[in-house]
Amino acid sequence: MSIQLTVNGKAATLDADPDSPLLWALREELQLTGTKFGCGMALCGACTVHLDGQPVRACSTPLSAAAGKKITTIEGVGASKTGRAVQAAWIKIDVPQCGYCQSGQIMSACALLAAKKKPSDADIDQAMGGNICRCGTYQQIRGAIHDASAQLNRKGG
Amino acid sequence: MTAAHSTDITSPARRRLLQAGGASALLIGFALPRLQRPAVAQAQAQTASNTFAPNAWLRITPDNRVTVLCGSAEMGQGVLTAIPMLAAEELDADWSLVGVEQAPADAAYNNPMFGMQATGGSTTIRAHWLPLRQAGAAARAMLVAAAAEQWKLDPAQLRTERSHVLGPAGQKLSYGALVEAAARQPVPEKPVLKSPKDFKIVGRPTRRLDTPAKVDGSAQFGIDARIDGMLVAVMARAPLAGAKLKSANEAAARAVKGVRNVITIPSGVAVLAEGYWAAKKGRDALDAQWDLGDKAALSSEQVAALLKEGAGKAGAVALESGNTAEAAARASQQLRASYSVPYLAHACMEPLNCLAWVRGDEVTIWAGTQSQGPAQGILGQIAQITPAKVKVNTMLMGGGFGRRFAPDFSMDATLLSKLSGSPVKLIYTREDDMAAGFYRPAALVQFEAGLDAAGQPLLLRADVAGPSIMAGSGFMKLPENGVDAMAVEGLADHPYAIANQRIAYGRVEPGPQVWFWRSVGHSQNAFFIESFIDELAHAAKADPLQYRLQLLAKHPRHRAVLEAAAAKAGWGKRLPAGHKHGIAVAESFGSYVAQVAEVSVGKDGTPKVHRVVAAVDCGQTVNPQTITRQIEGAIVYGLSAALYGKITHKDGRVEQGNFHDYPVLRIGEMPKVEVHILPSGEAPGGIGEPGTPPIAPAVCNAIFAATGVRLRQLPIDTALLVKKTG
Repeated sequence: MSIQLTVNGKAATLDADPDSPLLWALREELQLTGTKFGCGMALCGACTVHLDGQPVRACSTPLSAAAGKKITTIEGVGASKTGRAVQAAWIKIDVPQCGYCQSGQIMSACALLAAKKKPSDADIDQAMGGNICRCGTYQQIRGAIHDASAQLNRKGG
Repeated sequence: MTAAHSTDITSPARRRLLQAGGASALLIGFALPRLQRPAVAQAQAQTASNTFAPNAWLRITPDNRVTVLCGSAEMGQGVLTAIPMLAAEELDADWSLVGVEQAPADAAYNNPMFGMQATGGSTTIRAHWLPLRQAGAAARAMLVAAAAEQWKLDPAQLRTERSHVLGPAGQKLSYGALVEAAARQPVPEKPVLKSPKDFKIVGRPTRRLDTPAKVDGSAQFGIDARIDGMLVAVMARAPLAGAKLKSANEAAARAVKGVRNVITIPSGVAVLAEGYWAAKKGRDALDAQWDLGDKAALSSEQVAALLKEGAGKAGAVALESGNTAEAAARASQQLRASYSVPYLAHACMEPLNCLAWVRGDEVTIWAGTQSQGPAQGILGQIAQITPAKVKVNTMLMGGGFGRRFAPDFSMDATLLSKLSGSPVKLIYTREDDMAAGFYRPAALVQFEAGLDAAGQPLLLRADVAGPSIMAGSGFMKLPENGVDAMAVEGLADHPYAIANQRIAYGRVEPGPQVWFWRSVGHSQNAFFIESFIDELAHAAKADPLQYRLQLLAKHPRHRAVLEAAAAKAGWGKRLPAGHKHGIAVAESFGSYVAQVAEVSVGKDGTPKVHRVVAAVDCGQTVNPQTITRQIEGAIVYGLSAALYGKITHKDGRVEQGNFHDYPVLRIGEMPKVEVHILPSGEAPGGIGEPGTPPIAPAVCNAIFAATGVRLRQLPIDTALLVKKTG
């Protein structure tokens, strides 16, 4: 079945099962492999992308629910001011270790900062609680979110 | 992981390797002169004209850039940054001009501590500390000789700085300008190494070279590998090694749109499809049924009973000193306690996967693997070709923790490519990864101790039971004395001064395949001994820190980390109401780590770890930023296991499948972690694993201080702690 998607501002038409997860369309059809497979059950957050700005787990989002909406992945998030600030903070604090979960962490962090310019530690715990990092970079993730927030607020965003 | 071989890197064989590599560099263009595969060497040569490649480890190009080839695999532990730092230091390179590439699988990149190209056992820095520095120093000497020739000066008059050779009259040439002349210079027999006091790169906190790619989604992990025409495989895996397939509905799998093939191999039934989703739907449609044979009744209760029986019969003596029976008769206090831990899964963020392509007499794989060298031999056997024809593309790993040392996923992918004739990317589902895998051994210890009237320990007996990693590894053997060194590490060699001891091992094999898990035997043995020492301190009415220190008179490095962690944590000082400190220390992989955990316990029995202060002596440091992060990460890994980690069995099968029933630490549970690195001039120690062993006992000792409840089993059972504090 033909499905229309808009990914990182570009239109794409896929011939795919509408019940199949968005994750595999992104990774295998569109070759946007920055979005990662971790659990397949929306438990780990490695596959987090934005659907009309809202963070969703692509492994558990059927293509039918993504059709016609604006999808943003890690490859496209740097086009927004928030995305740029978050990625810059991630580099400044040198957050990643293995790096596998970091696309999802960054996408969740961007959604948090878009909704709340100055998140508290409790806000961060809440918004980032669905993203697992087995390397244990949580302190750096928290630091980078605060840093990005400071950058965004300084720029009068 | 323990080193299979210890190698003196100043050995003649090692020197020959450096010389042979260097000699070939006289021919400009042979970037990897020791490569045994002509096709690859030729390909390298084509891209490498005008390249100075004095050895397998580094290349310098006319644009003055240095590329270091890293033979170790990156799983988050920072080798893609630390390895270049070592070479760049002795080369006197401008760090901003240094890049890194993953080396191919080749004997030139063997890890000298293993004698094979593999990444594990926290060995990368220990094994490469000298060879990479020698590689950089040799290249520097050749660049200096080339400049000296050009300027008609004595090399002794020249110096180097930030990728330039400098002459006494202000002459200056970049390394890039010298590449052709340097390649004509003889390779120095014994390149002179810097004194550590002159280090400019090594020992300084340095940003990772791989961060930008891990922040914009471009980093390529094994699961991201792709070649045209490949099929994706998902398998119905045998629940246990040795299980026999009873039935599988192949027709139902083939009826799924996109499924192209169904192939049965010894480890299970694979569904090959155009993409992951079709393969998984096909796999689910198989409804595979298994005959588990004599393991059909395997349960966690059975495992516990076997472990208890094994400890009761522990006869392989790892350590015997003095006379424990005689000492027991003199003791004024005797203590007995039994501790146990469950099987654990590694639960790497990236589920296991491998892309394999068998073409005629060649195998190519793209995989995040910790064992590139062994993979060549193993996959060569599967494809019935020589190991030299197996090309390993080492991809980034989304976590390794020892799990990716095992060859199962690359073997299955290779076999499926050979049988199907297509390139095959095998992907484990999370449930496959967790339920049919390799586990940290379940283990149990029965302790007995006797104290004299002053509370000093007169004797210690420990009978340890568990399955043997060495026996089941496929590449090691259980020694004749029957002691699996990994089952007793950290216990048979504990540092405390106790005159009469007997530490023995009883091998028990309940069935599940056991494997290296971050810090291996230390992961459970530090929990055992550091909790029991705390029990002795309590029985002696002594402060747990002081009790340890006075038993460690001959172990200054243990004492120093304990004292540093205690001082930084404020040991003995007032804490917020309900908060208590616990302390533990462990030496593993050549490094010493002490941790103080600050913990409170809620009325519902839930422990909250507020803060962990770690002190580390890992000898001379390469990248302190990595050390800090590895210790933090190792604490998170060990804390996840202490709070939640257990793989249990029922009716022969693993009961856990995903992160809902195998929970791991999330950001809201993250304690404040501080890492203090002690200055040291000792040889470098490992850093990937040593942070894990102390965390479980530090936390449990704090819980004892807070509640009076001694936890002797992991994960922590909160029911035991309900309403034990204020």
